[in-house]
Amino acid sequence: MNDDFTPLTNGQDEEQYDKQDYTPGIEPQATWCPGCGDFAVLKSLKEASANLNKSPDEMLLVTGIGCSGKLSSYFQSYGFHAIHGRALPVGRAAKLVNTDLEVVVAGGDGDGYGIGGNHFMHSARENHDMTYIVFNNEIFGLTKGQTSPTSPKGHVSKTQYGGSAKDPVRPLSMALSAGASYIARTAATNPRQASEILTEAMNHDGFAHIDFLTQCPTWNKDAKEYVPYIDVQDSDDYSFDVQDRAEAGEMMETVEDELHNGKVLTGRFYVESSDRPSYHQEKIARGSMPEEPIVYQNFGSQNEDYTDASDLVGKHK
Amino acid sequence: MGNKTVTWRIAGGSGDGIDSTSKNFATVLMRMGYHVFTHRHYPSRIRGGHTFAEIRIGSDSVSSRGDEYDVLLSLGDSFARNESENAYYGNEEIKPLTENLHDLRQGGILIYDSGVISEDELPDDFDQRVEENNWNVIDLALKDMAREHGRSIMRNTAGVGVTTAVMGIGIDGIKNILEDSMEGDVLEQNKTVLEKAHEKGQDYNCSIEMPEKNNFEDDQVLVSGDDAVSYGAVDEGVQFISGYPMTPWTGVFSRLSQIIPQNGGVAEQVEDEIAACAMAIGASHAGAKAMSGSSGGGFSLMSEPLGLAEMTETPIVLLEAQRAGPSTGMPTKPEQSDLEHVLYASQGDSNRVVFAPSNIEEAYEQTRLAFQIAYDYQMPSIILTDQKISGELRNLDESFFDRETNIGDIGSVLTEEQISELPHHDSGRFNRYRYSDELEGNVSPRPVPGQEDGNFLATGNEHNKQGHISEDPVNREEQMTRRVSKMEDAREDIRESDHVLQTRFGSDDPEFGVITFGSQQGTVSEAVDRMNNSGFDVAGMGVSQMKPFPEDTVQSFIDEVSDCLVVEMSSTGQFENELVKHVDLRRRPQDITLHSLRKYNGNPFRPQEITERLIEVINNE
Repeated sequence: MNDDFTPLTNGQDEEQYDKQDYTPGIEPQATWCPGCGDFAVLKSLKEASANLNKSPDEMLLVTGIGCSGKLSSYFQSYGFHAIHGRALPVGRAAKLVNTDLEVVVAGGDGDGYGIGGNHFMHSARENHDMTYIVFNNEIFGLTKGQTSPTSPKGHVSKTQYGGSAKDPVRPLSMALSAGASYIARTAATNPRQASEILTEAMNHDGFAHIDFLTQCPTWNKDAKEYVPYIDVQDSDDYSFDVQDRAEAGEMMETVEDELHNGKVLTGRFYVESSDRPSYHQEKIARGSMPEEPIVYQNFGSQNEDYTDASDLVGKHK
Repeated sequence: MGNKTVTWRIAGGSGDGIDSTSKNFATVLMRMGYHVFTHRHYPSRIRGGHTFAEIRIGSDSVSSRGDEYDVLLSLGDSFARNESENAYYGNEEIKPLTENLHDLRQGGILIYDSGVISEDELPDDFDQRVEENNWNVIDLALKDMAREHGRSIMRNTAGVGVTTAVMGIGIDGIKNILEDSMEGDVLEQNKTVLEKAHEKGQDYNCSIEMPEKNNFEDDQVLVSGDDAVSYGAVDEGVQFISGYPMTPWTGVFSRLSQIIPQNGGVAEQVEDEIAACAMAIGASHAGAKAMSGSSGGGFSLMSEPLGLAEMTETPIVLLEAQRAGPSTGMPTKPEQSDLEHVLYASQGDSNRVVFAPSNIEEAYEQTRLAFQIAYDYQMPSIILTDQKISGELRNLDESFFDRETNIGDIGSVLTEEQISELPHHDSGRFNRYRYSDELEGNVSPRPVPGQEDGNFLATGNEHNKQGHISEDPVNREEQMTRRVSKMEDAREDIRESDHVLQTRFGSDDPEFGVITFGSQQGTVSEAVDRMNNSGFDVAGMGVSQMKPFPEDTVQSFIDEVSDCLVVEMSSTGQFENELVKHVDLRRRPQDITLHSLRKYNGNPFRPQEITERLIEVINNE
């Protein structure tokens, strides 16, 4: 309980939030192009937040750079629009300092799988309790159409005149081998599934990675190239155990290969059992951080047992 | 500083316990009533390689390692490479002796392990040099003696036992410190080795005259620059540290990684320095007192998030513990060549405060000041140390650390009640970045995520009052002007603080000046004392406030002299460049001439190098 953080410490108050509560009252109007998949991320995030009845003031949305990074401009909550590739460490630290916050991190495929790949790997392995949405449009959009880490081999662009000689990254497999505990892919063309998956991800205690297929009609595919989509959980053609790493891994390989054959497979691909503690739970259990959010110490909950320099220099005698 | 000092050097291989032995011995000497000051020289290797540590002992406070030393304790290098590699590395087994002879003073005492270095391995000119320099040689098979009465690893104890004999200081203090850290057979064996070695040492008819002792009454503590920075952060209530190991930054990182969690905070070793700095920003944004740091290479990675902290006005404190560059450079050697790096790193107009403490007291106080400025002004503060100050130990009065703490104060933040009373944008978002004309000063107080009705956007893009991306020219000027004005406001605050930042020493009516910054000040002040004792009129200044640069103080110092020597550890004269930029050298009837003394060979200055250069400058005038 802290008097200065009522949205966090009042529990689920009587107020019921709906998705309009996450829409800034006036301006700014989204600068995304007509037909952009990013609108679907914004919409499904608002729905998921309303589903979980989160107050805008208890949410911190940290974004990277690119069209996707503007998500925090159009979503009403505490927001931190960081620098290219570095949204994850900003979000991670904020969560450690205030474990009562609902932290969502978002960025593009270049941001998360390219320049920020190291942070993606380590945030996943440490299993920080947060939701990480990667807007995967297989292109660099804001900088006008360069080849991205998820662009298919042979992709021709102004930076790859001869066609990309690189195999695209495998985002789901990367998340699995790095150690994420919830891994899903959804698509802007499937908003109902997207908001369900985002709700699950935000509810998940650990690192939830969502590879969100967001068409870029200006520089890459338009929406119709992401339909029909198949939800693997709804399809009779696919059967695997989402809690089994080996089966999940095999399924992910198929999903990643098929995308470049024009087949859009979506759904939950790995959901680790709830036995695994998230990073801050693990640290609290080890006595490496306090149970109560650290920030409250600066708002009235002062630590009475603080060891200061005059206590510490005794050992230097 | 008192006239009489004695310097003891212990030499061996990396991993031989040279550092811990010297630290323990320095503690014993301090407890006995001596002032002590240490210097470490070590290679970037886990095992083996030439390493030594020095303790300079005085009756008054000691500020530098001096010019030469009086007693050498040369042990073997337990991890020397095998003979087949000698062609490349030289015979490492004898280096603890041969590498240390050049600075041993005339008439000094040379103790070496004759069981490790046999007579036929001695350099050809060894006897001649002993004779020429009038050295007293104590050749004892220390390792064998240790093995006989305990275990061969106790040869450091044997060496200290011989040292106590030549210093005439008895062995009770050594026994006490052994008792602090060991017990049982190991303790008893060490004590026996100590006694036997002490007796053997007394058989040699040589001794050294020690300085006068003080009556300290158990009120002294032996601390390093790393300790001082760490304790400054602790007294400011630091709650979060993130970092990646790198020498010499690791000293502070490891200390605080232990202390912070015990005090209810969190310490994070992370994947790289970009993440380390970005995490400090995230932690501070969420309302914690946060710091990060690195050495030059890691700080290069931090330059990107550093700009983000400036733009989002997120308070962070960074430590940059310099070592010799460029690139990997010389990882365990001091240099001051990251000055321009920390002043100007990251794109755009830089907006930060930088302190380069010149001694242990300043390291503690300026770390505290760095936190206060960062949190009050919502900007990055950087503490610039180096390998020299980070590891050198000096005793000081324990009461120095009896201070008011500043725990729980995160500067210009708001309560929910204040948030509710302040203007919000029509969109519902809080006006986090108000213009100067709506504020007292230029700092716009911030909400912390989780507070009711406080939500706003922080962004590395230029932004308007509620944090939305904006390229409106009027807004841009308002925001940019307000942000950079904070540095000037901070300058006033720093001026009014009672911390020592610029230190003037030496003659009140000088003909010549010497100016330096950061860790070299102690050596420069000793050189200035010597000059004045020899009849010259020299004044010195040590600068610690690197940004915003203290133009007025430095200008008035420079104005007193016609010639000024600039002493720094950098090959291109980075500090001199700052002086030229900030100080008018053409104000007096005659111009002021700056002379340079730059060192970049990996070893810090000795006072004599400074006095020699000064005399050269003076003679040429």
